[in-house]
Amino acid sequence: MRHTVTALVENSPGVLTRVAGLFSRRGFNIDSLAVGVTEDPRISRMTIVVEGSEATLEQLTKQLNKLINVIKVTDLKDSESVARELALVKIAVEPAQRAQITQLVDIFRGKIIDMGRQSVIVELTGDETKVDAFLNLARDFGIKEVVRTGRIAMARGMKSMEYQKEEKQNGQNIL
Amino acid sequence: MLGVLKIDPEGGVGVMNGAELIVKFLEQEKVEIVFGHPGGAILPLYDALRQSRIRHVLARHEQAAAHAADGYARATGKVGVCMATSGPGATNLVTGIANAYMDSIPMVIFTGQVPTDMIGTDSFQEVDITGATLPFTKHNYLVKDVNLLPRVIKEAFHIARTGRPGPVLVDLPADICLQAVGKVEYPSRVDLPGYKPTYRGHPLQVARAATAIQEAKRPVLCAGGGVISSGASEELLTLAERAAIPVTITMMGIGAFPATHPLFLGMLGLHGLPPANHAVMGADLLLAVGVRFGNRVTGKVDIFAHQAKVVHIDIDPVEIGKNVPVDIPIVGDAKLVLRDLLERVHPVEKVQRQGWFDQIERWKTSYQGSMGAGVEKKASNEKGKRLKGRWVVERLNQILGKEGIILTDVGQHQMWAAQLALRERARSFISSGGLGTMGFGLPAAIGAKLGCPDEEVVLITGDGGFQMNMQELSVAAKLGLNLKIFILNNHSLGMVRQLQEFYYNKEYYSIELSDLPDMVKLIEAFGGTGFRVDDPAEVDDAIKRALASEALTLVDFLVDPNENVYPMVPRGKGIDEMIGG
Ligand SMILES: Cc1cc2nc3c(=O)[nH]c(=O)nc-3n(C[C@H](O)[C@H](O)[C@H](O)COP(=O)(O)OP(=O)(O)OC[C@H]3O[C@@H](n4cnc5c(N)ncnc54)[C@H](O)[C@@H]3O)c2cc1C
Ligand SMILES: Cc1ncc(C[n+]2csc(CCOP(=O)(O)OP(=O)(O)O)c2C)c(N)n1
Repeated sequence: MRHTVTALVENSPGVLTRVAGLFSRRGFNIDSLAVGVTEDPRISRMTIVVEGSEATLEQLTKQLNKLINVIKVTDLKDSESVARELALVKIAVEPAQRAQITQLVDIFRGKIIDMGRQSVIVELTGDETKVDAFLNLARDFGIKEVVRTGRIAMARGMKSMEYQKEEKQNGQNIL
Repeated sequence: MLGVLKIDPEGGVGVMNGAELIVKFLEQEKVEIVFGHPGGAILPLYDALRQSRIRHVLARHEQAAAHAADGYARATGKVGVCMATSGPGATNLVTGIANAYMDSIPMVIFTGQVPTDMIGTDSFQEVDITGATLPFTKHNYLVKDVNLLPRVIKEAFHIARTGRPGPVLVDLPADICLQAVGKVEYPSRVDLPGYKPTYRGHPLQVARAATAIQEAKRPVLCAGGGVISSGASEELLTLAERAAIPVTITMMGIGAFPATHPLFLGMLGLHGLPPANHAVMGADLLLAVGVRFGNRVTGKVDIFAHQAKVVHIDIDPVEIGKNVPVDIPIVGDAKLVLRDLLERVHPVEKVQRQGWFDQIERWKTSYQGSMGAGVEKKASNEKGKRLKGRWVVERLNQILGKEGIILTDVGQHQMWAAQLALRERARSFISSGGLGTMGFGLPAAIGAKLGCPDEEVVLITGDGGFQMNMQELSVAAKLGLNLKIFILNNHSLGMVRQLQEFYYNKEYYSIELSDLPDMVKLIEAFGGTGFRVDDPAEVDDAIKRALASEALTLVDFLVDPNENVYPMVPRGKGIDEMIGG
């Protein structure tokens, strides 16, 4: 099973190392990890795609939560969330093929963002299957380079993952 | 370097530098003692420490400084503090930090670091110690801004001692320690949105656990290190007595429940006692409190406690369901959860579980018959037979009773010490459990003695492990610590020899220590006193003499090199399939 886990983390140096180190140390198989700052500059958000059973998912969530710099962890169910990734694809294109590639890009609702004499760079967003399908067809032209961001995801509806400063001050329930 | 102790761009007067600020905060944390070894990068901190009332103990090796802080923390329940310089000083601490991490011991570790502008240049004695210790610290910090010091120090102590305790490392670049700071107050609280341990158990789960206790026919309580760190011994005892539940302990739980209590089953696990192992495998309810179900405890994990409904009380959610499936999970502090549970548990008479207690009695009797007190003595006294290590440990326990603090190193002697311990209170048995670090015993004993100067501190050690940190005898001698060191000297790496006997076809290799130094001369060279014993008839006298001694004392027991630890659970077996049980 593939799971999408999203985590709010402190935006401070070393956090990515801690998270990445945890995955390798505990033997979790990560398909992708995407990270960027949130609307609050002190907080970053990670989207992690992980392969494994429910038990693996539970351990991963708990282990992530245990890291001091990790503020909140949520498991996003596919049916209750939207997910996208961004890919940039450099494709070898002879001038004669330009019309063909433009058509292909249109069908996938991508964009050509750079065009050279013998190549184009295509920007594509979508879920992984869409990107995969595009790459499959682009192969006929000759793919020179691909870069993918990995999945980013968000729950549908009003639910948000913002971190609210809790009323209860930390330390109050300490023995 | 005189005159640069305070680098103050404004040339202000009356300000402190970063190091002095740290020491001020340590005083505010009520730190009484730190263990360490100096060097260039940490000198600013040492210079500040020189002017403080905090005591510094100069370990002869940084690993020992960490173990001493660890031993101090285990004996007192306070946070142990140690420090070392950058590079080799820091890497020498690593084993000690990992050891504390595996056993959830609260420690704060300070390391010197090269100045911030040199970090990353492979400068002299530079090592990425926060990177290196990331996997086995609860948290760590590299302080790159002097203004962060108050927050970092506050958080370090807070994180180390709350929730599931553990070591926290603070790496201090030399320039940060030398930088001037104005008047700064120590923060009164921490702001850690990502760190909020749960202390109270979920009422619904607590209620379910209470019902399970009431309904159980064959319940067993299993107490671990978490009961000790929580200070929950009293609640544990009350629950066991009120609901008539026999109690087993892990090695880390020794002392959490009184060993002479009729409900006590002894330690469980791969070298556990038969009554404990059988009871867990036969139980219909296992109430685990502050245990992490390590593989030394469970044996073949898929059949561990296979008949039992499992209630697991632990402060760390990660531990619940990690190794053993749990029916009733309770995340919370052992003491608070047990208190809540006691509100709901009605008294159960022993007779209501008579069948279960009869069965347990049979296990106990059968064990006493085969392995219990006296058997080894007979063996020892047979002509030509050598003194047995197990028997020495048993005599020591009988003579010492519940007094003092027992520490061990790692190996066969450790297992006998754990199996035969007659401990009555928490923090009176100290041993390296999760990492199994040879060389832990002596420095930890120094830490324990400094933390509890009025206690008789007894170290049971092997000839192998003792040599891994014996330089620390200097510290014990210098400080006039009258530790009692009992070496079970089998002139070999006994535990490894046993493994080779069972799993490597008796092909003994690299386990002989026939060229040992004369241990009596050795202790005398360090200024202590010692004597050697090889006659079973002299054992009691030797133990009594050592315990009566006012000096640093070592007894070198020459014991049978071919003795094995029993019972033992062979690889891949359930814990009720013991050899020699
Ligand atoms: C040679 C050798 C042989 C060994 N053989 C055995 C053996 O036969 N049997 C045995 O038992 N051990 C044995 N050990 C020790 C073993 O490796 C483990 O260290 C030990 O079993 C762990 O004990 P524990 O489960 O109590 O966990 P600990 O490591 O003490 O962990 C404590 C647990 O309590 C939790 N906790 C902490 N604070 C609290 C709190 N306030 N409230 C609630 N929970 C809390 C923690 O989250 C953790 O889960 C051996 C070690 C060596 C070196
Ligand atoms: C630092 C370290 N190195 C190696 C080991 C593996 N090991 C476990 S027990 C043991 C032998 C211990 O021998 P000794 O100290 O003489 O004690 P004995 O088993 O004979 O009682 C060894 C080498 C270890 N636990 N720790």
